[in-house]
Amino acid sequence: MSLIEEIDYGTPKSLSEKMITLTIDGNEVTVPEGTSIMRASMEAGVKVPKLCATDMVDAFGSCRLCLIEIEGRNGTPASCTTPAMEGLVVHTQTQRLKNIRKGVMELYISDHPLDCLTCAANGDCELQDMAGAVGLRDVRYGYEGDNHVFAKAHDVANDRWMPKDESNPYFTYDPAKCIVCSRCVRACEEVQGTFALTIEGRGFSSRVSPGMHENFVDSECVSCGACVQACPTATLTEKSVIEIGQPEHSKVTTCAYCGVGCSFKAEMRGEELVRMVPWKDGKANRGHSCVKGRFAYGYSTHKDRILNPMIREKISDPWREVTWEEAYKHVANEFRRIQYQYGRNSIGGITSSRCTNEETYLVQKLVRAGFGNNNVDTCARVCHSPTGYGLRTTFGTSAGTQDFDSVEHTDVVMIIGANPTDGHPVFASRLKKRLRKGAKLIVVDPRRIDLVRSPHVEAAQHLPLRPGTNVAVVTSMAHVIVTEGLFNEKFIRERCDWDEFQDWAAFVSSPEHSPEAIEQLSGVNPQELREAARLFATGGNGAIYYGLGVTEHSQGSTTVMAIANLAMATGNIGRKGVGVNPLRGQNNVQGSCDMGSFPHELPGYRHISDESTRDIFDKLWGVKLQDEPGLRIPNMLDAAVDGTFKGIYIQGEDILQSDPDTKHVAAGLAAMECVVVHDLFLNETANYAHVFLPGSTFLEKDGTFTNAERRINRVRKVMSPLNGYADWEVTQNLANAMGLGWSYSHPSEIMDEVALTTPSFAGVTYDLLDKEGSVQWPCNEKAPLGTPIMHIDGFARGKGKFIRTEYVATDERTGPRFPLLLTTGRILSQYNVGAQTRRTQNVVWHEEDRLEIHAHDAEQRGIRDGDWVKITSRAGETTLRALITDRVSPGVVYTTFHHPTTQANVITTDFSDWATNCPEYKVTAVQVGASNGPSDWQIEYDEQARQSRRIAPVLDAAE
Amino acid sequence: MDSESHKSTATKLVYMANQIAAFFHTQPKDEAVAGVADHINHFWEPRMREQFFAILEQEDNGFDPLVVEAAKHIRKPGPVPA
Repeated sequence: MSLIEEIDYGTPKSLSEKMITLTIDGNEVTVPEGTSIMRASMEAGVKVPKLCATDMVDAFGSCRLCLIEIEGRNGTPASCTTPAMEGLVVHTQTQRLKNIRKGVMELYISDHPLDCLTCAANGDCELQDMAGAVGLRDVRYGYEGDNHVFAKAHDVANDRWMPKDESNPYFTYDPAKCIVCSRCVRACEEVQGTFALTIEGRGFSSRVSPGMHENFVDSECVSCGACVQACPTATLTEKSVIEIGQPEHSKVTTCAYCGVGCSFKAEMRGEELVRMVPWKDGKANRGHSCVKGRFAYGYSTHKDRILNPMIREKISDPWREVTWEEAYKHVANEFRRIQYQYGRNSIGGITSSRCTNEETYLVQKLVRAGFGNNNVDTCARVCHSPTGYGLRTTFGTSAGTQDFDSVEHTDVVMIIGANPTDGHPVFASRLKKRLRKGAKLIVVDPRRIDLVRSPHVEAAQHLPLRPGTNVAVVTSMAHVIVTEGLFNEKFIRERCDWDEFQDWAAFVSSPEHSPEAIEQLSGVNPQELREAARLFATGGNGAIYYGLGVTEHSQGSTTVMAIANLAMATGNIGRKGVGVNPLRGQNNVQGSCDMGSFPHELPGYRHISDESTRDIFDKLWGVKLQDEPGLRIPNMLDAAVDGTFKGIYIQGEDILQSDPDTKHVAAGLAAMECVVVHDLFLNETANYAHVFLPGSTFLEKDGTFTNAERRINRVRKVMSPLNGYADWEVTQNLANAMGLGWSYSHPSEIMDEVALTTPSFAGVTYDLLDKEGSVQWPCNEKAPLGTPIMHIDGFARGKGKFIRTEYVATDERTGPRFPLLLTTGRILSQYNVGAQTRRTQNVVWHEEDRLEIHAHDAEQRGIRDGDWVKITSRAGETTLRALITDRVSPGVVYTTFHHPTTQANVITTDFSDWATNCPEYKVTAVQVGASNGPSDWQIEYDEQARQSRRIAPVLDAAE
Repeated sequence: MDSESHKSTATKLVYMANQIAAFFHTQPKDEAVAGVADHINHFWEPRMREQFFAILEQEDNGFDPLVVEAAKHIRKPGPVPA
């Protein structure tokens, strides 16, 4: 094991296909046109000294260290800003260059502390390296002159000195060590796109400044870490490095937060994680990160983690710690007893979209082969199940069509019901980069998300529709495209069923779908809707990105189909820069769906009624699978309340907090006789559990995650599981306690079984993943290295299918009692139910969920900013503090759902998508009023949660 | 129970079936009946279909006529294997 060192080429790669050849220090080197001489040199193996250049950002030419000489040209140009040209003869080391470089370094060092031995960057400092590289032996100027280094000179305060800024929980800014190379400022602009940093002052007074000379934590900084990564000195340093020291080995692994699936180097010292650094070769993130993946891993060693299995008879009892064997035996006995007493279909399981593909595969295998039924579901039920249904119906595959690189070729981006800068931040940075280069943006969202207008990004159109009217708006866009003749007839005739298109075109063309007609429903200005439709149809490569604002509606599946229709009608499928791209919520929600987590589907999206598919598994597993679909999560809970569903194994999901209509979920769980929760923490669901099996984090196991691009990325174990076992081992031991006789010794063997049984994964092996870094499924004989873009020569289902998408209003309606519409979303620093991020210092950015309400609605109700308010729906009520804003329109309120005390799902209802039962989280009719504090339910719930988390003290055997 | 959203499973099943019908009502006529039946066959667990048929026998069961028409194409669940 060693530290993975990535080569810094100094300037970004040129994408030109024209190659040129030049000579550098006698070596001939051929590079794409537009490559800098610095980069060309590095490719030839010649390291030109540099400080202000790094290949994540454009050349800047400020440090004057990378100078070179070119035969036939005057002077000493900077190699970072000078493009390589055919036939140049370059010298990187001459007496003249040596003298200049040494002089430059003397100046730098004359204003830099000489505390190398005790400096956090010791061993990882480019300034130190360059001093060595140029042979600096002496600083003629001394250290007494004007400087930024010392707080005092001769007992007089030094005005130039600034104290260390330690306000950010994860990194420090020490202005005394800054060489003003601007790498951090440029990384914030070019890589992250936040523009939070600048250089204040001029000349010798220049310093890096967050915002207007603010502290980092008070500035616009989003703590993505790009500046820290770019800093060549100890000016910006991870606090973990300051505390622990430099790492000694590292492994490439995959982030366990959102569906972007960023690759990171986990840099270690022994089994201690020193820091997570985004990996430049990661194909999803290309060397970038966000605050969650980069810094928020502290939950993995948090004191709340439960490390021993626990059992209790009744949920009102305190927990009792037991051995693993006792826990497995207890679960096996209980599940078998329940099945004997209530029938084979009276138990089930839930797979986790946070666990690996291999772990998910095992849980569904345990249910199908061990429990002998198909009662398995996953949290995709409550997020992207409509994507699966809608894209399968129209295109033939339940997944997005592109890779993230595709956005670099997009001309018009349409974002519907997604908030990438908060939910999928690294993709948002890549998108903003493209937008700054001139791509146009259309945002369809009830709320004014950051992308509508943020530094150097402004949406061409924002359609602030009323929650619940997606189908009407997207169908109306199709109306404009068809009636104005903007559709791509050639594409449709070649790729789609022409008769179906004509049926659909006639449907959307009817006047009731015109923007003018739907304005009453959606509240969207018809002219703006027309402009948006025209722009999407005629603006070049058009790509649609969407999120849970599309799926979590009673017409979620219909909206997905409407989006697919739009992409087909405009010919935006099957090449770079276009496509339909669901932004998946959790790290492995794509994978958990791929692995057969849905009750009606075996791995690879093959219906359980298909005999030939069942046959493959029957033979391999030595069982006879039931040919009927099993229960989905909401159906399980209904059946539990009805008394026909009595036991459940839940791996890594907190249904009590994350599923809608909390009271109904609680009633379902309370009606069961054996609830087994397998998780890191005593989550909310565990309040109703009889058995708790401790889980492991992504740092503690091997496996794979599949991100929103269908990319299968390796997860690599960097430390031993604190609880003793990776989750796949726990599931295997449980299966064996039930007599299944499994003997997987490594997750790679589980992936081999997936490949053996599932055509779209046929070519996937750990060897291939180690070699290629990652692959996108389908990966098989036809596509041995995977499939970055789907439906290139035709749709997976043959012909693309146009489907009529009629708007059907949800039954969740506003009225006199509930006049406002509540919609929900995420914030950057927190993740989902917050079980992980609430246990990190990310809470400094978001301590509580707030209710966003328009000033008009607030005034009517006498609510001031920060007041406690009660929010009531047909399902229940809760309280939280108000935040007055004009981001939401009058009539719409918004909150996040990261904190269990908020209990946002007490108010969400049981309405759901017609096709998949995906809950309608995004529309709840509510009333808001002033309040004195927590509701009775919140107090009662808190007390119940506190009681149910008691762990009995272990009795000393000697007594 | 204590609030409007806590409906019985039977009420929910009728609602879900009618929601499916509402979608297929908007599809071409010849596909609607098969569409509803296929959807329920594909996604409803046997005990849900069992309840479905029990509700169907009641008068004023609340089903959309399209659901009733599709019912004859919906598979009757067999016995659960022991």
